[in-house]
Parts: sequence; structure tokens; C-alpha cells
Amino acid sequence: MFKRLAACVREFKLPTLLTFIFIVGEAIIETFIPFITSQLVNNIEAGAELGTILKTGGLLIIMALLSLCCGGVAAVTCAKASAGFARNLRHDIYDRIQDFSFENIDRFSATSLVTRMTTDVANTQMSFMMIIRTAIRAPLMLIFSIVAAYVMGGALATSFVVIIPVLACGLFMVSRKAMPAFRRVFKKYDRLNESIEENVRGMRVVKGFSREEYEKQKFGAASDDICGDFTKAERIVALNSPIMQFCIYFNMIFVMLVGSKLAIESGGTTINVGEISAMLTYGVQILAQLMMLSMIYVMITMSGESMKRIFEVLEEKPTLTNPENPVTTVVDGSVEFSDVSFKYSKKAKKNALFDIDLRIESGMTVGIIGGTGSSKSTLVQLIPRLYDATEGMVKVGGRDVREYDIETLRGEVAMVLQKNLLFSGTIAENLRWGNENATDEELVHACKLAQAHDFVESFPDGYNTHIEQGGTNVSGGQKQRLCIARALLKKPKILILDDSTSAVDTKTDALIRQGFKEYIPETTKIIIAQRISSVMDADMIIVMDNGQISAVGKHDDLMEKSEIYREVYEQQTHGGEDNE
Amino acid sequence: MSKQMKKPPMKKGVLARVFKLLLESYPVLLPVTALCIICSAIVSAIPSIFTKNVLEVITEFVGSGSTDYAAAAEKIVPMILLLIALYVTALILITTYQQLMAFITQGFLSKLRRKMFDGMQNLPVKYFDTHKHGDIMSHYTNDIDTLRQLVSQSMPTFLNSGVIVLTVLCIMLYYSVWMTLVVLAGVCFMIFVSKKAGGGSAKFFVRQQKSLGAAEGYVQEMMNGQKVVKVFCHEDKSREGFDKINDQLYEDSYRAHAYANMLGPIIMNIGNILYVICATVGGLFLLFDAPNLSISGEVFSIAIIVPFLNMTKQFTGNVNQLSQQINSIAMAMAGAGRIFELMDQEPEADEGYVTLVHAKYDKDGNIEETADRTGMWAWKHPHGDGTLTYTPLKGDVRLTEVDFEYEEGKPVLHNVSVYAEPGQKVAFVGATGAGKTTITNLINRFYDIADGKIRYDGININKIKKFDLRRSLGIVLQDTNLFTGSVMDNIRYGRLDATDNECIAAAKLVGADDFITRLPHGYETELANNGANLSQGQRQLIAIARAAVADPPVMIMDEATSSIDTRTEAIVQRGMDRLMEGRTVFVIAHRLSTVKNSDVIMVLDHGVIIERGSHDALIAEKGTYYQLYTGAFELE
Repeated sequence: MFKRLAACVREFKLPTLLTFIFIVGEAIIETFIPFITSQLVNNIEAGAELGTILKTGGLLIIMALLSLCCGGVAAVTCAKASAGFARNLRHDIYDRIQDFSFENIDRFSATSLVTRMTTDVANTQMSFMMIIRTAIRAPLMLIFSIVAAYVMGGALATSFVVIIPVLACGLFMVSRKAMPAFRRVFKKYDRLNESIEENVRGMRVVKGFSREEYEKQKFGAASDDICGDFTKAERIVALNSPIMQFCIYFNMIFVMLVGSKLAIESGGTTINVGEISAMLTYGVQILAQLMMLSMIYVMITMSGESMKRIFEVLEEKPTLTNPENPVTTVVDGSVEFSDVSFKYSKKAKKNALFDIDLRIESGMTVGIIGGTGSSKSTLVQLIPRLYDATEGMVKVGGRDVREYDIETLRGEVAMVLQKNLLFSGTIAENLRWGNENATDEELVHACKLAQAHDFVESFPDGYNTHIEQGGTNVSGGQKQRLCIARALLKKPKILILDDSTSAVDTKTDALIRQGFKEYIPETTKIIIAQRISSVMDADMIIVMDNGQISAVGKHDDLMEKSEIYREVYEQQTHGGEDNE
Repeated sequence: MSKQMKKPPMKKGVLARVFKLLLESYPVLLPVTALCIICSAIVSAIPSIFTKNVLEVITEFVGSGSTDYAAAAEKIVPMILLLIALYVTALILITTYQQLMAFITQGFLSKLRRKMFDGMQNLPVKYFDTHKHGDIMSHYTNDIDTLRQLVSQSMPTFLNSGVIVLTVLCIMLYYSVWMTLVVLAGVCFMIFVSKKAGGGSAKFFVRQQKSLGAAEGYVQEMMNGQKVVKVFCHEDKSREGFDKINDQLYEDSYRAHAYANMLGPIIMNIGNILYVICATVGGLFLLFDAPNLSISGEVFSIAIIVPFLNMTKQFTGNVNQLSQQINSIAMAMAGAGRIFELMDQEPEADEGYVTLVHAKYDKDGNIEETADRTGMWAWKHPHGDGTLTYTPLKGDVRLTEVDFEYEEGKPVLHNVSVYAEPGQKVAFVGATGAGKTTITNLINRFYDIADGKIRYDGININKIKKFDLRRSLGIVLQDTNLFTGSVMDNIRYGRLDATDNECIAAAKLVGADDFITRLPHGYETELANNGANLSQGQRQLIAIARAAVADPPVMIMDEATSSIDTRTEAIVQRGMDRLMEGRTVFVIAHRLSTVKNSDVIMVLDHGVIIERGSHDALIAEKGTYYQLYTGAFELE
């Protein structure tokens, strides 16, 4: 997992490397600074000349400036590397998602993908920054400081032999115990927030049933429960600082006690006052590094979840791929299903479609009708190869859809989805999704065919009217007509409308179909509809029931032989009258 | 509450208010914790004096050439013992306050969350209609998080470092005023620089937040429309668009972090340089025998300079700590400001005093209040003179000349009069925005009318307690909202004391039993994410069963069957008819087949009732309804 994520560093390898180098530089200088400081103290103590003091002081200032430079450069390179890493991560995730097939898309919810690209990437970015800044620096500083302490303090440094294991053990134990506790709490916390969201969303229901008090109680109990768990987890972590302080104090006392003995007994030769105070500084430094290491450990494990979620997307294999040597032309708009069955996932027990045998000639108008869950949409989604048939074969223009270049196929098979969407941008921009290079005349023509031209013209900005995200500023019927126009611009050989005129009035609906007949007679038109009137005059009507074709025929045939068709027809034309 | 409270409160006030709330929640523990922090800060500042004294002794002995450690030990050991005592005290204090802090932080946050949530339950529906749900949610997530940071980290650190800084400052003054001034000058410079760098990073963090928002919006839109992207082979375009936004985000994030990262090395090294300056100045003083000005009156000596240098480090270190908290305090203030804004929202007013009670007839045929569920309800109406009258609950709803507007100057309903007698089915049809849903919003008082009257069983609904009014109305809404829990829990939401059998009976009544029993765990199937594992139609059926179990005399069905396909609808229709039997029902439906058998159909257009009558009468009239029915008009 780490390897895959680390691969996203790419062009930011140099800043990453520079960060390491400058951080190490900074670390080295930082370890030397106490040396010089102790010298400075000794100088003053020994009543040295001002010149000497200034010389040592000057050295110290130079070192401080050097350290500042290193630190400054590292700060910039580190920010660059981590921000770049995050950018590449986001890019790769987005890129991968674009390669997803419908099957892949169904597996991840839109919100979860958004979270992965924002929160999870941010967490990973912070971890990355932390790692390149401290993962090398902290152990290095630790080693430097220990070595320096030994060189300078000799026997005095033995106190570290005692403290370091104690501190390391202590911190490790704390984070080991705290982490699972935190993970549990965070899960609960997420659930709590979900329940708040649910409450906000369902506020009309809550108020409609006068359930305010009930909701308060429910929330109160959940909140108290989390509070208890949270407190437990936090209290474990709160042990960190006393453990750390204990070690610092122990070191202070040890150094002073033993140091004073050594200094006095040796008359200041083994160790002098300046060295003793430097030892105190090193003590704090060493312990701070240990603390740092334990923090990195916690951080990495905490963001592990985030990394796992990013990894999941990156490793998701697109289930549909282009064949080798793909066919790049579609001869005509004929469609053939032979023995097709389909299920959405391998684990699904029930087939969504089975035993589909069907032949649609090029240029035909085909209507599909059936109740919800009868797999009408599933059937047509196999034609532009949005899913692959589990068994059997789907042919377009006489060839298996799996032989085509996907882009070619989808270019020729235009589909208006049931859950159709417009994107934020002008109407013209939205229409040009169908054909980037469409001229204004072409736009107008397509819109006229889809009966959208008149209302578009009625907007003050016409084709430059801005569409809000999700197309909320046009009515449902208008949105559907724009989506049809968008599909028409592709000039496809096969046009599929999946319940795309449900919000359009019957008169306009009829005009749209009339237009299709007149202007695109060679195009195969497949229309899924709830309204019988939308399919009544089709060349062929398919009645779907429970994943199977229940009947095929023209309107008059079906009125005779299909009970379902007749039932729906009756209901829509004189339905309900027997209730009165 | 006055109007002024609605304005976001002043920044200073926010912090004070957080503090006040904290103190109210923990009137004893908070001062105890503060005391622990202060004491531990003082205790940890004092040892530098001992360090100095011990070093002095060593210097003295080494200087005199004496190697008699025993003699020195006599002086040193007591000092160290005292030091140990101090350290032990400090450790105890630190442990105590850390544990208390964990306790207080979480307890406070939980209390605050509950307070927010409780307050939110009492807000009018208008609040939820006019605020984005994501924004409301962020109060509970982001804003609370900033407060966690404030309470658990910034406040103790501020107190701790503040006290240390003051203590060290005192000690420094005790030794030498001149030297202290040098240190202070350095610290001022430090603050100046960190303000500069901090300002830079703040500016870019704001930008980063903005481009993050842009990226989030783009991704959100594209992810939702991913299937459309695929169908149009628009992948490369969408990649291009994202890369642009992504690059901007990178630029801002890079700048923001670069500034922020720089702060550490800068402050630290100014500290180092300050150290050198102090040493040099000290050395100069010593050399020229400069007169010392100090509280202690001590003359300048090495014994002063050495500890003074250590104190410089301590001083700058803690100033650094303080400066690092500034950011999180600023963020917490913004967060708390938003939280208080939510808490200060005016709650839904309820001046009603008529309540709904269980009732029965006594021997004389008068209505009498009872504690048991009798199946009969009555409005209990206290009058000004202290008398009580009981009116049986029948379900007679009358709107008389009602006007309403959501926003001033944009009337939504005008002069609407609707009479619904008990047991009648009244339907509303009309285009989106014609005001259908608005009428139902007014009956259950999600919104209050601007002019006119609404009477329920002859009582002005403004006099009825909202709790009881809504209890007497069953609603099934266009957007179905189910809650996390089992199917049974969801149905029971309609009436909390309903038995399992009553819930099942309700489900059977509306024709939902069939599919529920076929779910993997039947009625015990757990629903999550608003019943994401069910189809839209199934969710609507559960919502209808939920209203059925409440058994209200009046029902409002707002597009309740819109997602059930016509075939299934025909199947559940019989159940629905049974459900509506004997109740006053308001129906809003897109599909005209659903409303055909209503007693009266109201055709709404731009907030005005333009046609009313039974289906047959309206068809005969050949007006708007006729046109709608024959499909000549768009309904949406």
C-alpha cells in the first residue's frame, strides 16, 4: 500500500530529497549549538576576554543563521513536496475514477469518493509532511544527541540508558492502548454525526410527529455514551506528558547529583559547569525527540485508515476495458440480443435479466414498457456497453459490442439516462457535451428537434443561460428536453431514451417523437416510458416483467395478447373509474 | 429574544461566553484545574533557581581547588532533596490536571452538543428550509472540533505558558533589570516576526480553504454525474477541468504550508541569537563592571549570567508556545461564534394552550378527560375565566381566506379557502410552485399564515399547542425520511407505544407487509442511510405505514405514492383507500389517477385556487383540470 502511494511523489522527488538533506543539516547544527553555548558559558565564567566571548558568540550566531537557512529552505521544500504529493494523489484518484465502468461506479457512493479526495488526501498529506520532516530528523537527532552527550558527559550520560527505555516503553504502551480506543470512538462519533444529519434531513417528520423530546433523549443518550468513551481514550493519552516530565526531572536530578560529584572530585577536569548545563539541554532534546517519534507513530497509524481508503480507489480495477485491435466503425443501428442474461454482481443470487433474445432492425422505433424493477433500464444499458452481459452476446451493427472501441460505440449509441443531469455552465456548454465542435446552427437544430428551442429562446440569455449545479434552475420537463438535445447532437446511429420524457407534457412528447420520425429516420430509437401514449405508435413494443421479455409486438397485438400491457393501458386511460 | 441577539456576537464576547459556559458546566472542577495548572507552572519555573545555586556551589568548589565532595554534598544534597520534592509535586499536579482536563473537555463538548441539538429541535422548520444541511452539520463537526482544540490544548497551554513567562520574568527582574530589557526587546522582535509569517500563512490558508471548496464542488458534481460522463465519453474533458482546479489547490496549499513551516525555525533561531546577545551583553556588563539594577540588589556576577541565559531559553520557548496557540484560538473564536449563532436562533414560538387529551363520555353524555387510551380524543380548551370545555376531535379543517408569503413581497398563497369536513378527501393539483405543499405546511403550522384563519374542529389552530396539533395530523411527505434502526422501529415512530402487532397491522393495512416480510430479516431488518437498501417505492410504503400507526383523524399525503409505479400503486390503492376511510385527507399528487376519486379537487395556480369541484364536474367544465388531465399541460 505504502509503495503504491509513495509512487505518487513523482516530480516532487527532488523537493522531498532536499527536505531530507536540509533537515539533516538543521539537525546537525542544532546538536552543535549546545556545545557552543556551553563554551560561551565557560568563556564568561572563566572571565575570558571580550574578544573570545564575541568570537564564540559570533560562531553561535553564524550557526543560528545557518540553521535558520536550512530550516527555512526545508520548510519550503517540505511544503512543496507534500502539497505536490497531495496534488498527485488527487490527480491519480480522479484519473482512476474516470476509467471506472458503471459497475465500479455503483460500488462507491459519490459522497465517499468526495471524502476520499478531500479529507483522506488531507490526512495523508499531513502524515507525509510529518514523515519527511521528522522521520529522519528525530532518530538522527536522537543519535547525535546521545553521542554528543556521551562524548561530553561520559558517565553522566548513563542516565539516558535508564530514561530512554522507560520513556519509550511508556509512550509506546500509551499509544498502543489509546489508538484502538480512539478508533472505536471515532467510529461512534461518525455514527453520531450521521444521526444528526438524519435528524436535520428528517426535521419535517420529527416535527410532524411531535417527536422533538424523543429525539433529544435519543441524542442525549448517544452523546453521553460517546463522551464516556472519549474521556477514557483521552485520559490514556493524557498520561504521555507526566511520563515525559518524569523522565526530564529524573535526568535533571541525576545530572546535578552525579555531575556535581564528578566535577568537584576531579576539580573540574572530568566535567565542568558548562558541560553540566549542556547535559541538561541534551536531556531535554533527547526526550523531545522520543516524544516526536511516538507522535509520528500515532499519526501514521491514525491516517492509516485514510490511506487505506485512497488505496482502495487506486487499486480498483476498471471492469471494462478496450479490446485489442478494436473496431472503430459501427455499420448501422441494428441491435441484437442473443441468449443474454445479466447480473449486477457475481454474488447476486438473482439475475437481473435472463433469456433475452431480441432483434431490432436499424431505423426502427422501439418502445419498452414494464413496472419498476422489471429491468428495462438494465436491458438498454447493455447496448452502449455500460455493463457487460454475464452470458450471451449483445450485437450492435452486427458485431459483438465487446469488439468495438468503447468511445466509438458510445459515440454511435447515444443514451439519455433516467437520472439525467445537467452540469453547471451555460446551456450551450451543456449541449456541446454531445459534440464539442457543434456549430450554433446545429445546437438550434437539435433543440428544435427536442422541442427545447422555444423555451431556451424565452430565457433572457438564451443559449448562454447559466445552468446551476444539477440543473436546478430549469423545470424537470425542460431539463429532460435539454438532455435529449444533448444526446441528439452526437448524431448517433442508435438513440436510447430511458424514461426521458416523463415530465414532458403529452403534446410535446408527441411532437418530439414526430420530429424523430421526420428528421432522423435512419436512427434506431429505443424509448423506455411509463406512459403508454409514448410508445403506442412504435414499430415494436417490448413488455418487460421481472427481468424477462413478457411480450413483443405492436400496440394492437399486445392489447390482445399481453395482460400486463392491457392492464397498464386500461389504468392510464380509464383507470380508477371503478373506484368511484 | 431580541433581534440584536441574531447578529454574530462580538469576538471578545465569544471567548468570554465560552468561558462562562465552561464555568457553568464545571463550577468546581474548572477552578481546581486552573489552580493545578498555575501551581505546576510556578513549580516548574522555580527549579532554575536551584540549578543556579547548585552550579554556584560547584563553581565555588572547583574554583577554590577543593575536591572534598562531602563538604559540597552538605550544601548540595539538601537543595536537591528540595528539588525532588518540587518535582514530585509538579508531577502530581500535572497528572491531576491532565486527567481533569480530559474529563472536562469531553464533558463540556458533550454538553455543548446536547445543548445545540436540543435547541435545534425547537427551531422552526423555516430554519432548516433556509440553511444548507451541510452548514448545519458543520456546527457539530468542524466548529465543535475547534472548541475541542481550544479547551483541551490552547487554554491550558496559554495558562501554563503565561504563568511561566510571568514567573520567569519576575525572577529575571529579580536578578537584573537591564538584562531583562534585552530579553524583552528580543521577544518583541520575535512576536513581530511571527505575526508577519503567521499573517502570510493565514492568508494562504484562507485561499487554500477556498480552492478546496472549489475542488470539492467540482468533484461532487462530477461524481454525481459520473454515469453521464461515461455515456458521453467525456472523461478527458472532465480530467482537464479537474487538473486546473487541482493545480490551484496545490499552489495555495504549498504557500500556506511554506509560511507555516517557516515559523518554527525562525522563532527558534531568533531565540538562539537572543541567547548570544544576552551572553555578550552580560559579558560586557561584567567586563565594564556596569552597575546592576535589580530587585535583589545583587551585583552582577557570573552566577547571575548563567542562570539568566537558561531563563532566556525558557522565556523564549514559552513565548513561542503562546504564539503557536494564537492560530487555534482565532479558529476557535470563529467556530464558537457560529455555534452561538445556532444556539441563539429564536425557537419556534408556541403560544397555544389547547391540548389534546384522551376522553370518554360520562353517564350524562358529557365528555370527560381520562388517563387511559380510549380511542377517543378531545380538545381541552381552558378559558380565561378558569372554566374548561372539551371538544371532541373530529377532523374538521377549514381555511378561510388565507394569505401567505415565505419572503416579504412574494405572495405564495392568496385568498385561499378550503373546507374539509370529517372524512372528506381533498386534493390539490397544480404546477410546481403553485403552492400545494405550502397549504399543508400551514395546516400543521410549519409556517404561520400572514392573513386569514385556519380552524381545526372550530378552534383557531394558533390556540392549539403545536405538539398536540401535529399529533392529530398524520403526514407522509414527498421526500421520504427513514431513520437508522429496524423497519419496526421506523413504523413505531408514528406512535411510540404501539405494540409490534399494531405496527404489523398498520403495515398490512397499507400493503407494505408483503415486501417487508420478504426482506432478509423481515420487520427486524436494519435500515441505514435513509433506507438506502430499499427502493424508493418501498420507502414510501414504510412512511405510509408509519403515518397509519399514528392513527390520526387528519392525514396529509404530499406526493406519497409518487415513486410507486402505476402497477404497484393499483395494488396498494385498496390499502390506501382503507387507510383514508373515515379520515379527513389532504392529497397532493402529481399523478392525476391518484386524486381522481377525491371528494373535491382544488386546482392551484400561482397561489390562487382557480378551479374546484369533483373530478367529473371539473372534466365537464373543460378548464385547466381538463387540460392537465388530458396531458396538454406540463405538471412539473
